[in-house]
Amino acid sequence: MNAPAYNFAYLDEQTKRMIRRAILKAIAIPGYQVPFASREMPMPYGWGTGGVQVTAAILGPSDVLKVIDQGSDDTTNAISIRKFFAKTAGVATTTATAEATVIQTRHRIPEAPLHAGQVLVYQVPIPEPLRFLEPRETETRRMHALGEYGLMHVKLYEDIARFGHIATSYAYPVKVNARYVMDPSPTPKFDNPKMDNCPALQLFGAGREKRIYAIPPHTSVVSLDFEDHPFTRYRFDAPCALCGAGDSYLDEIVTDDQGGRMFVCSDTDYCETRQSQGHRGTESAAPHKENAHG
Amino acid sequence: MVESNDAIQGDQQPLLIAERLGKSYGRQVACRDVSFALYPGEVLAIVGESGSGKTTLLQLLSAQLAPSAGKVSYRMRDGVLRDLAALGEAERRFLFRTDWGYVHQDPAQGLRMAVSAGANVGERLMAVGWNHYGRIRDTASSWLERVEIDIGRIDDAPRTYSGGMRQRLQIARNLVTEPRLVFMDEPTGGLDVSVQARLLDLMRNLVSELNLAAIVVTHDLAVARLLSHRVMVMKGGRVIETGLTDQVLDDPREPYTQLLVSSILPA
Repeated sequence: MNAPAYNFAYLDEQTKRMIRRAILKAIAIPGYQVPFASREMPMPYGWGTGGVQVTAAILGPSDVLKVIDQGSDDTTNAISIRKFFAKTAGVATTTATAEATVIQTRHRIPEAPLHAGQVLVYQVPIPEPLRFLEPRETETRRMHALGEYGLMHVKLYEDIARFGHIATSYAYPVKVNARYVMDPSPTPKFDNPKMDNCPALQLFGAGREKRIYAIPPHTSVVSLDFEDHPFTRYRFDAPCALCGAGDSYLDEIVTDDQGGRMFVCSDTDYCETRQSQGHRGTESAAPHKENAHG
Repeated sequence: MVESNDAIQGDQQPLLIAERLGKSYGRQVACRDVSFALYPGEVLAIVGESGSGKTTLLQLLSAQLAPSAGKVSYRMRDGVLRDLAALGEAERRFLFRTDWGYVHQDPAQGLRMAVSAGANVGERLMAVGWNHYGRIRDTASSWLERVEIDIGRIDDAPRTYSGGMRQRLQIARNLVTEPRLVFMDEPTGGLDVSVQARLLDLMRNLVSELNLAAIVVTHDLAVARLLSHRVMVMKGGRVIETGLTDQVLDDPREPYTQLLVSSILPA
């Protein structure tokens, strides 16, 4: 056995070729779900097997990889995937959004604007936006083919009838290039406008469901809504407690059992960059000392 | 019925024409050599015992099944008569959710049981591009009112409805796009007698108000008598007798029809 135990970026070249063909087709038909022969990966389904396969297929030796999970560079999922590619591909990794050429993400789009030449790879659990309304795959495919998307509005109607407003706050359906309705993966709807006319390439990989779809750069992405209930972004009405940002998506962190809580940027890179530029929030008086709560 | 004569007007062109329609599954013939023309505003009942090919015929007429022989033509809203088999799938599905209605025997097949009544009625409107919540809801509530469902139940899912209410909701859902032709497969099956009477009364009013054409499959001759202008009696996949409802039911010619009519339990 002279062959190396691992190929560059883990997957063998034939598999990468197959995935790249699916990616090319996905880019050619924005928002269309392309089936692909998803492989077993050394991680469980639901941990980003689709995103990892897409990343492995597009990664080159000169790429700089960033991995985020819920906006954070330092959670288990993000760290293990970053280490996985550092080990199997030997690529440089970073946490800085602007420096990365490939960004694999789960549940967020970075706050810093993406630029041309970057690729954003989404991990997708359920690629089919119509799934919970129409369980038959044969039927949903037909609906996509014929552009029958009345059902998607039924879901939004239900929201308004029940809650008085469109209560869908993540995985908010969008229409890509005025043709296909697409599930943007469970990103908060706060991020939906960032997908529209984005200069970076956006790729979506669903490993368990064996689908790849894409939004090419500068493609129109419109969030579905009603004329009298237009799409709105949602954000906690507070500045970030660490960097004071008033425009970023916030996580609510419970700090004690007395009802104490703080709001911080979900995008850790964005927050740290702002802090290093001297921005301060209410809770960041002593940045290097543990804050005592409760 | 008194209305039967003025519904079939000489100067109108037929809405739907079936020509020598047949369907066989291998050697098993489900239905053969059925021809008729249906005029706008006309209600046709197809009666016969189970296994006589009624439901197969209904599926052939509504283009859910491809016929083995013959063809079905339908006059589109623009007045052009088109062969249903020649329509593309997109056109056929569009027809199905705008110009046609289909009332299933089991409302669970025709409704989305998990979404609210309002959304069930509004679905067809959203499918044809309605994009204003307030208007969709207003239209849905006015339809619920027309089928005698309490407006207070508009946000309840049909799985919380009684059988009769489900069936009425199904009718509202089908009629909201103002179709010209409605197919009904045993619309009163499984309902108790008083609920059946109310539903039949409602359907009769709607049909005449909206000048709907309808094809009703039923094994219940009382339903045929109340709703339809014309009756087709089927046996073993063939139409054995056809004519005006009163004529066929009061003075049946065929021995089988006589048997059917005589087997109605006296009220």
